[in-house]
Formats: sequence, structure tokens, C-alpha cells
Amino acid sequence: MAAISREEVAHLARLSRLAVTEEELQTFAGQLDVILQSVARVGEVTAADIPPTSHSVPLTNVLREDVVVPCLTPAEALSGAPDVEEQRFRVPRILDEEA
Amino acid sequence: MSDVTRMTATEVAALVAGGEASAVEVTRAHLDRIAEVDDRVHAFLHVDTEGALAAARDVDARRAAGEPLGPLAGVPVAVKDVLTTRGVPTTAGSKILENWRPPYDSTIVTRLRAAGTVPIGKTNMDEFAMGSSTEYSAYGPTNNPWDLGRIPGGSGGGSAAALAAYEAPLAIGSDTGGSIRQPGAVTGTVGAKPTYGGTSRYGLIAFSSSLDTPGPCARTVEDAALLHAVIGGHDPRDSTSIPAPVPDVVAAARLGATGDLTGVRLGIVTQFSGEGAEPGVLAAFRESVDTLTKLGAEVVEVSCPHFEYALPAYYLIAPSECSSNLARFDGVRFGLRVGDDGVKSLEEVMSLTRDQGFGPEVKRRIILGTYALSSGYYDAYYGQAQKVRTLITRDFTAAFEQVDVLISPTTPFVAFPFGSRTGDPYQMYLADLYTIPTNLYGGPAISVPCGLSEGLPVGLQIMAPTMADDRMYRVAAALESAVGTFTPPAL
Repeated sequence: MAAISREEVAHLARLSRLAVTEEELQTFAGQLDVILQSVARVGEVTAADIPPTSHSVPLTNVLREDVVVPCLTPAEALSGAPDVEEQRFRVPRILDEEA
Repeated sequence: MSDVTRMTATEVAALVAGGEASAVEVTRAHLDRIAEVDDRVHAFLHVDTEGALAAARDVDARRAAGEPLGPLAGVPVAVKDVLTTRGVPTTAGSKILENWRPPYDSTIVTRLRAAGTVPIGKTNMDEFAMGSSTEYSAYGPTNNPWDLGRIPGGSGGGSAAALAAYEAPLAIGSDTGGSIRQPGAVTGTVGAKPTYGGTSRYGLIAFSSSLDTPGPCARTVEDAALLHAVIGGHDPRDSTSIPAPVPDVVAAARLGATGDLTGVRLGIVTQFSGEGAEPGVLAAFRESVDTLTKLGAEVVEVSCPHFEYALPAYYLIAPSECSSNLARFDGVRFGLRVGDDGVKSLEEVMSLTRDQGFGPEVKRRIILGTYALSSGYYDAYYGQAQKVRTLITRDFTAAFEQVDVLISPTTPFVAFPFGSRTGDPYQMYLADLYTIPTNLYGGPAISVPCGLSEGLPVGLQIMAPTMADDRMYRVAAALESAVGTFTPPAL
């Protein structure tokens, strides 16, 4: 049985905000199925008492003193944006026609 | 002055320091070499001629003023396009960042500039560092200088090819699953992945944050160690940066270059005994083991029973972190925006932008990561993969109680022809079979050229305990002193 169906791939693409084509869906479904069947082996050796490791070094929050320091100007911070208005990122409208 | 493009970084720096050549002359020689060969190699996505010459002029001015220069001052360095460079295009090999000019430098680049090295341009790479062949760059592949019809390894194929084509004596890469070591192996160059947290990730465009490690690429072990010393060390801007000094990797490389490994214990991993590897790669590896033994090292076999699960675990963890990290590329703050016609909604614009901005490997991994993290599958996939990570760490810890370093081939095969693995992603993933365990563990590893198979380079990998980066440089330099370096055919 396939580990992942074409419909599931379509659903995941929607969740990922990827407007994939029919052809891509077909290709990805086959490839992801092979990959998932290969990686499912991770469950073979993992007993319940083994703690998971998310990171190889201990993580600590880095907080600096609350002091004003020079930083990017608004123009620099917005320099890579596709569209800008009144010193802000300009985004397309959020609600569609029906909403 | 003989051809500076053929010299090591150490030699180039000595020329500049001694006044036998100016940094500007050195930089122009490399810019000329790039102009001569890069249309065939395609190692660079952007050559920063003006910035490089300005940096070189600054070094020359400092020398003329009698200021002390660092050990790599005046040496050109190529930078993988995944590291931000202020005002210089940074694309991570993706259309979604085409023409993006970051407003800040990554810490690695800041340190390169402070050391007086000359950042000469940005090198080609698999999109967002996802790939093992540089065939997934949105700007076309890089060609291996050893054979232009073959891959230069990935994802840092551009950095490795720039070295092998004598376009730069030094380069910077990033290694998430082998992206420094694997291109090093298939181009006959040296690539080192430092201890995770030993080099800063600030300004490194994130792929898999718990694995990504920037590091040095060079044509000799000593050059790699010198570059490692320049870029390494604690960075308060990176919460994963280790607050401890970098071991003296340069001294270790120089000690190794004496060719004496008496008292050093090397472990060969039983599980890497050769299944799936090409006979020529295994032959070169076995010959290297004999060489290391003759240099005085003791070689023992060590079992790491969970290494065979490293590849599956990696291909769950890395895509999961990628699906999260790449959510920021939504057409709002960076580069490309598609479909903003005043009719389509924000969500539609985001979906169209990401579809057209990302290539197939990136999409595949985003979808795979979204699946592995989704409700109902998290425990079966991502959770199990994180447990495998624990088991692999335990394997390394147990191994390093018996030996000083572990050795293996870097890659199971030599550079393969373009297109021969792109149809089957899992076959492509096997290219990183030997390199991935160290990324899951966090320790350092280096690839050093150890021989040829079918006229193509083979790399030997040396893995060390975390924060013992010096150990791998010693062994790598010793092997290099015995087998020499390997020169590709003339381009």
C-alpha cells in the first residue's frame, strides 16, 4: 500500500502554500511514497525510554541589555521587499471576494 | 611572480605580507582566471569585482602604513551564496531571492573582512543548500573541473569547483548533511565541517537550523585550518554558538604535516565497510588506511550500530526544519512576488509566489517536512527520528572512548554524470550516506583527497568528537603529507 496518496500530497501542498501543478502532484506523490517507505525504518530501533534529541548543543536564550543601539534604517529594512508603502511592507488584500 | 592562482592561500598571504605582490595584483589575477574559465565551470553566481578590489586596496594601504596583517590578509575567498553579504546579491541558489541584496553581513563574512581576506564573489549551490550535486541550483549547474560533464557535488559545488578551477584559493561552504565534505571529495579539495556551534550561523540563510554548519574549503589542510581559525569562535548573535575558544586547528595541521601519527588511534566504522560503495572508492580508502598505519597510527574496527538509521532520520529532521524555515519566503518581505494583480488574495499570491519561486527539490522537502510534522504522523516520523539522533550520539560517544577519530570514505562514489540520479531522489540522498551521522551528532568532520578512481578524486573523511576539531586536522594533514595533493586536468 502506498505510504502517501496523491490527494494527501495535494492537501500538504495547500497547507504549505504551494500552488503545485497536476504534473508536479503526480511526480511528487510517487517520489514521496518511495522516500517515506525508506525513512519509515526509523521506528525499528527506537524504544519508548529513549529521549529525543532536538539539538546537539544545549540551547539558551540570548538576551541583550535593553539599550537603544544603531540598527537598520526603515529604508534598509524594507529594501528587499517587493512592494512598500508609507514605510511598511505592502501586502495584497487579505480577504477574497466572498469573505 | 609565478602564477598566483596556482598557489596555496598560505603562499599567497606570504607574497602579500612580504611585498612581493600587492593584494590588488593577487585579486586581479584571480578575477582574470574567473573571466577565463567560469563560463565553462559556472562556479560563481556573482563576481564582486569592485568590492574585491576595494578590499584588496584596503589591505595594501594597511600594509603600506605598517599595520599588522592577519595570516590570510590579501587572499581572495569565494563565499557560498547562502551567506548574506551587505549590498551584494545573495540568492541561496533560488529564484525566490533573485537580485536580493541583503542590508547586513553574516558574521562569517564580517570576520572574513576583518581578517583582511578578499571576498571575491558568491558561489553556486543547490537551492537553499538542498541537494548533493548542484543540479538543483535555479541558475543552472556547476561543472566539475575534473570532468565538465560531471557533478561537482552538492550543495556547495560552486565553492569546491572554484578551488579546483583555481578561481580562488579559499572558499566558504555550509554543511547540513555533507555539503562541504561531499563536494570536497568529488573535486579533490579539502572541506571541513566544524563542530556545530563552533562557527556562527548569523546571516546563514537557514535550511535545517539544528544541523547547518558553515565551514572552510581549501586546496590544502593547512589553508583550511587557517580559514577555520578566522571564521570560528563564539558569536553572541547566535543562540547556538558555543561560548568556548576554537581548538588550535592551525597548530594541529602543522603537527600533522610532519607525517607522524604515533599514538593516534583511528576507528573504522564496521557499518561503513563498503556496501553500496564503488570498488575504486573502497580501494583508495584501504590504501589510505595502510598509509596512515605506516605513519604510526593504530587502526581498529568500531561498531556504530545505529549509523544505518542516520540517513532516514536525517531525511525526516532536515525537511521538517526546512518546511518551517522556508515559511518566511512568502512574497511579502523578500524578493519575488507573483500574481499581485489587485484581484488575487494574499493567500493566492503567496501560493503562486512559492510555486514559481521554489524548485522541485525544495518543494519536495517542504511537502515531506509538512507531512512529518503533521498531527498523527509527528510521533511516527519526526519523534522517532529525534530518538535515532540520541542513539547515533551514543554510538559516537562510545566510539570515541575507544579511538581518537573515526575514518571512512567521504562519499560512496566518485563524481557522477549530470542527470544520472535526479529521477530518483532517494538514490541522490545516498550520496550523503557517510557524512550525515556527524551532522546529527554535531561533531566535526573533514574530507581530504586520498586518491583517484577512474581518474576522478576520492575523499577520506575524518570524524572527531565535538570541540576536538584539532584532532581531525592533524590526521588530515598527515595523510596529505603522505599522498600529496591532486591536480585536475587543464581547463
